[in-house]
Amino acid sequence: MNIVIPIKQVPETSNVKMDEETGTMVREGVESIINPLDLYGIEIGIQLKEKHGGKITVITMGPPSAEKALREAIAMGCDDGILISGKEFAGSDTWATSYTIAKSIKKIGNFDLILAGERATDGDTGQVGPGIASFLDIPLLTYVSNIKKVTDNSIIVERLIEEGYETSKAPLPALLTLVKEISFPRLPTLRGKQKAKKIDINFWSSKNMKLDDKKLGLKGSPTRVVKIYHPKVTRNGKFVKAENEDSLVKAVDQLVKFLRIKGVM
Amino acid sequence: MNYKGVWTIAEAAGGEIKSVSYELLNRGRKLADKLGSELISVLITNNVNNKTAEELILRGADKVYLINAPELENFIVENYSNILINLIEKYKPEIILSAATRAGRTLMPHIATRINAGLTADCTELDIEEKTGNLLQTRPAIGGNIMATIKTPDHRPEMATVRPKSTKPAPINESRKGKGKIMNIEFDSSLFDGRVERIAFEKNKDENVNIQAADIVVSGGRGLQKKENFALIKELADHLGGVVGASRETVDRGWISYPHQVGLSGKTVTPKLYIAVGISGAIQHLAGMKTSDTIIAINKDPEAPIFKVADFGIIGDLFEVIPELNESLKKEVE
Repeated sequence: MNIVIPIKQVPETSNVKMDEETGTMVREGVESIINPLDLYGIEIGIQLKEKHGGKITVITMGPPSAEKALREAIAMGCDDGILISGKEFAGSDTWATSYTIAKSIKKIGNFDLILAGERATDGDTGQVGPGIASFLDIPLLTYVSNIKKVTDNSIIVERLIEEGYETSKAPLPALLTLVKEISFPRLPTLRGKQKAKKIDINFWSSKNMKLDDKKLGLKGSPTRVVKIYHPKVTRNGKFVKAENEDSLVKAVDQLVKFLRIKGVM
Repeated sequence: MNYKGVWTIAEAAGGEIKSVSYELLNRGRKLADKLGSELISVLITNNVNNKTAEELILRGADKVYLINAPELENFIVENYSNILINLIEKYKPEIILSAATRAGRTLMPHIATRINAGLTADCTELDIEEKTGNLLQTRPAIGGNIMATIKTPDHRPEMATVRPKSTKPAPINESRKGKGKIMNIEFDSSLFDGRVERIAFEKNKDENVNIQAADIVVSGGRGLQKKENFALIKELADHLGGVVGASRETVDRGWISYPHQVGLSGKTVTPKLYIAVGISGAIQHLAGMKTSDTIIAINKDPEAPIFKVADFGIIGDLFEVIPELNESLKKEVE
């Protein structure tokens, strides 16, 4: 079973800092990590490889420093890394990103399954996984919480939707986006880390992928960001202490009053 | 560009229209009025009759495109995408809005990719730019730390998914009766893809798991100390007519199931009232709930970050506060 896993390098969310003047993110000094929701794809990919054999190619688009994310994925157990990098890709929105990744997967050629995260924790769109499936015209199964059965030419999965769990069957190749419930990502092993250190990462550009530059980067992106700002978070909250029986009763009374004002009661 | 009209993608299940469809009409009506264009609701489904679909008219749509077929009973993205692309190419809408539900967030990128349209995810504000008539789409990003306004200057249609509960459903206006038109759309059966098949469905046993559709969410965190103590949260939610949410840590410890999880690796909720009990408020949790209308926090640590986003807070031991609160609410009902 040949598996392709598109991943994204994101800033570690708990350390995001904003430049108050420009309203942009301060990237310096913020550690970049594999999008935490992509780790489920890597984990499931490795589990499937352990069971069925095959090869896992992990692929990302980003600056040369995104090589680190690929090596981390290889340290966990993936086999190959491809980094799509170049000025021509800068400013890609989800359309241009889906297009580029889909083209790169086409170039890889022989694949049975694509495993994507539900979304990335920085952009938060969840659009690239479905976009890749749509470009490649392969079945798309989103929000997968369980893989029930895999054969040579089909897959049965459980999808977590609002109303419950749906079981669906699709022929391979197919693309799945995965939710956290599916598994618990493993840590890299020492042997994996050594392998990851030595391995050659493949660098791909629009030239060796033979892509139409008009469809790449900002030029190929239908959307434009026109403004970025800080949301107001201050709510001028009212706080009361419940330290002893007396203040407890008072605090709860005030809370009930508050609920009444808000029309909840 | 010869694109006209605002479309909303309605959703239905079991022959009933879901209320997110009416939230979209609220958004869509304002945009259509600003542009001076028609508002059309598109409903791809099975077994929804014209009488049921009329409610979309009463709540603001000028037209309804109604597509019924047994093959469309369940959402299978390839089928819905083919049919919508067919309609889009025929009628050329300027704007398409869908709810940022699991179906909407699957369907819209599938379509946008193929028709080379711009798509913005999970918007919380929509407006029309005065000079250009472009759709201004505002959405939270980076875990809600920033808001970004996005537009699509040169491509049509402009597409967006809209965060459920970020606006009220458009109300029924009886005077609209007979003012709109329901069009039953015929289509070629070659548009059915047929590759993906739904073979089973297990409905949520616990009714309270659809936390994104709830007006009141009461969430428990690590402060609960053990699984059994979620009963306190459940009781509080029941008194208020709300549902139970949870922090990531409680889910990871197996105290409650994943569909309850609020936050970056769980669900984003925007209820009228969010009560956080024993949740310190890690940035990943705040990302999933900080756009709630009203937030109440109960935590014994006065420094807990959850208090920074709260409208009302009790600094105290949840094992004292919640039983007392439950007792008061019980009396209140009586």
